[in-house]
Amino acid sequence: MAHQILQYMLSGLSTGAIYSLIGIGFAIIYNSTGIINFAQGEFVMLGGMLTYVFLALFDFPLPAAMGLAVVLTTAVGVVFERLAIRPLRNATPLSLVIITIGGSILIRGIAMLQFGKDTHAIPAFSSNEPLTLAGATVLPQHLWILGITLCIIAVNRFFFFHTINGKAMRACSHNRRAASLVGIGVKRMVLISFAISSAMGSVAGIITAPLTMTSYDVGIMLGLKGFCAAIIGGMSSGIGTVFGGLLLGVLESLGAGLISSGYKDAIAFIILLLILFIRPQGLFRKAETERV
Amino acid sequence: MTGKTGKSVKTAMLALGLLLLTAAGAWSAPPIKIGGLFSITGPASFLGEPERNTAQMVVNEINAAGGIKGRKLQLIAYDTQGDATRAVQAATRLIKEDRVVAIVGPSTTGDTMAVIPLVQRAEIPLVSCAAGIRITEPVKPWVFKTAQNDYLAVQRIYEHLTRKRIKRIALLTVSDSFGSSGREQLKSQAKRYGMEIVSDDTYGPKDTDMTPQLTKIRGGKAQALICWGTNPGPALIARNAKQLGVKLPLYMSHGVSSKKFIDLAGGAAEGIILPSGRVLVADLLPKSDKQKKALLSFVRDYQKHFRAEGDHFGGHAWDAVMLLKGAIERGGDSPAAIRNQLEKTRNFAGIGGIFSYSPTDHSGLTKDAFVMLEVRGKDWALLK
Repeated sequence: MAHQILQYMLSGLSTGAIYSLIGIGFAIIYNSTGIINFAQGEFVMLGGMLTYVFLALFDFPLPAAMGLAVVLTTAVGVVFERLAIRPLRNATPLSLVIITIGGSILIRGIAMLQFGKDTHAIPAFSSNEPLTLAGATVLPQHLWILGITLCIIAVNRFFFFHTINGKAMRACSHNRRAASLVGIGVKRMVLISFAISSAMGSVAGIITAPLTMTSYDVGIMLGLKGFCAAIIGGMSSGIGTVFGGLLLGVLESLGAGLISSGYKDAIAFIILLLILFIRPQGLFRKAETERV
Repeated sequence: MTGKTGKSVKTAMLALGLLLLTAAGAWSAPPIKIGGLFSITGPASFLGEPERNTAQMVVNEINAAGGIKGRKLQLIAYDTQGDATRAVQAATRLIKEDRVVAIVGPSTTGDTMAVIPLVQRAEIPLVSCAAGIRITEPVKPWVFKTAQNDYLAVQRIYEHLTRKRIKRIALLTVSDSFGSSGREQLKSQAKRYGMEIVSDDTYGPKDTDMTPQLTKIRGGKAQALICWGTNPGPALIARNAKQLGVKLPLYMSHGVSSKKFIDLAGGAAEGIILPSGRVLVADLLPKSDKQKKALLSFVRDYQKHFRAEGDHFGGHAWDAVMLLKGAIERGGDSPAAIRNQLEKTRNFAGIGGIFSYSPTDHSGLTKDAFVMLEVRGKDWALLK
């Protein structure tokens, strides 16, 4: 039984890491624009699918294919912001959210027409031989996922706390008007936030594709799970969302193993609803008080 | 000189007359119209597209070979998009406006169930390409089908397990209509074969990690694992099972009997056993196999026209059109005659199996429609 629990935990942590990565993408855009970008899942899909396209159709080596996929997805994120979000800066957050949903349907549709409806596998980064860890097994790819996620989170933290752009973005998230009054280019920050989130999303898509495979419609579910992670973490672009993602992954895995596999997705959404009802500010954040 | 000219003119006139006569004959006999309902787009397009392609290909071939008793066949196909409402609209149009004598399809069980009341009322024979057992059980006079019933595949798997003296099994089925139908059949037939189901788990069609379920199964007492789903889930299960070091023999359903599965599962596919129609292994079949001729011609033609491997789904449409052709040849082209002749079809060696319809059986196949395959060296191997 102990072996089994350990296996559930390990599986959960590796899926959870992905949820965190996607969740942080949600949080970054939310913090700089106040909108929830439901096209985040499509960036994840694009990461995986474009890597496959470069690998299979153009015969690129894996690292080159991955690099190009990240660059292209980032470009899509930037173009999306330019064409769909920026022209409507005075729109209400609700209509912007609806626009992101429209954008996600558009991106998914184009991907379906261009790349077809098949599922595709991309090769693992290193060997495919499972490693045994105190009775539980993990694949080298799981270690890649955990390692890369940690790296990205560290880089992210450095960016937001130790670079001028990062600090400016944090300033925007606290008070956009005040930030613009002290000379921060708010529009540019929004653009950067889309670039960062789409790049992170694509990385999440690429590192999971060898394990979970990829197709034009993987973005929906992964996007929703990432959103759950961000909600649990109170939309923080830091450690809160990371915890949210890992917690979600582990609970899903334990739920599927110990209770019933049929409830796997239900668990994620029940947690989401509970958090929204009971602690809408997230598990790890103090309730904000409006100062008058 | 004049006589000679006169003679040649006469011959020419005669030839022209004959030509006109035959041409007029061709014009006077209108084509026999059959309808097609396929989910060409939408989520079930993996069924409808090869079916439409195949149906059109077969009709063209029949016409190129002179049609049915000199009359051309015309296929009028509509897209149901896997949507029952559209299927009903399209069926109404086929019956009321196009006045077809028979209908091939629809591709999915849902669409088929939706149009059944319509064809029953209009008394137009329908040969469905969907697999659902409800389509022909109970028997409906005007409804036939060509896809193999799930329970035939289940019987094949259980027979194989019995021969290997395996009694305790674990189920892992996908939570959609294909998976739940398979799960029902696996559970209801277990007793007959003396199987004990020690665990019964499901996974979502969009799930990306099945290690929790497999961990549970690994810790249980099962001697074999049966997984029921369509791509990509089973490929993930194969990979996850390898990762976890699950040593149980792994059985899959006919839902993954395509090359795509081996591509997706990669090395993890080795040793997996599954029931499948014969299309995949047409070239491996012994010469004595009655279906071999039909199979080879279907596979070759499909390859030629569409540059893709002919699959089971296209095969269902091939069977449906050929069964109709046989019925029209024997009894003429009135809907009632076609229905009666379809029901009298015996030992028709098609793609899905050898069909013998009867007044009490409108699905027409036995468990011999399936062969057992094993993945060996990234390809299929035929098991005895």
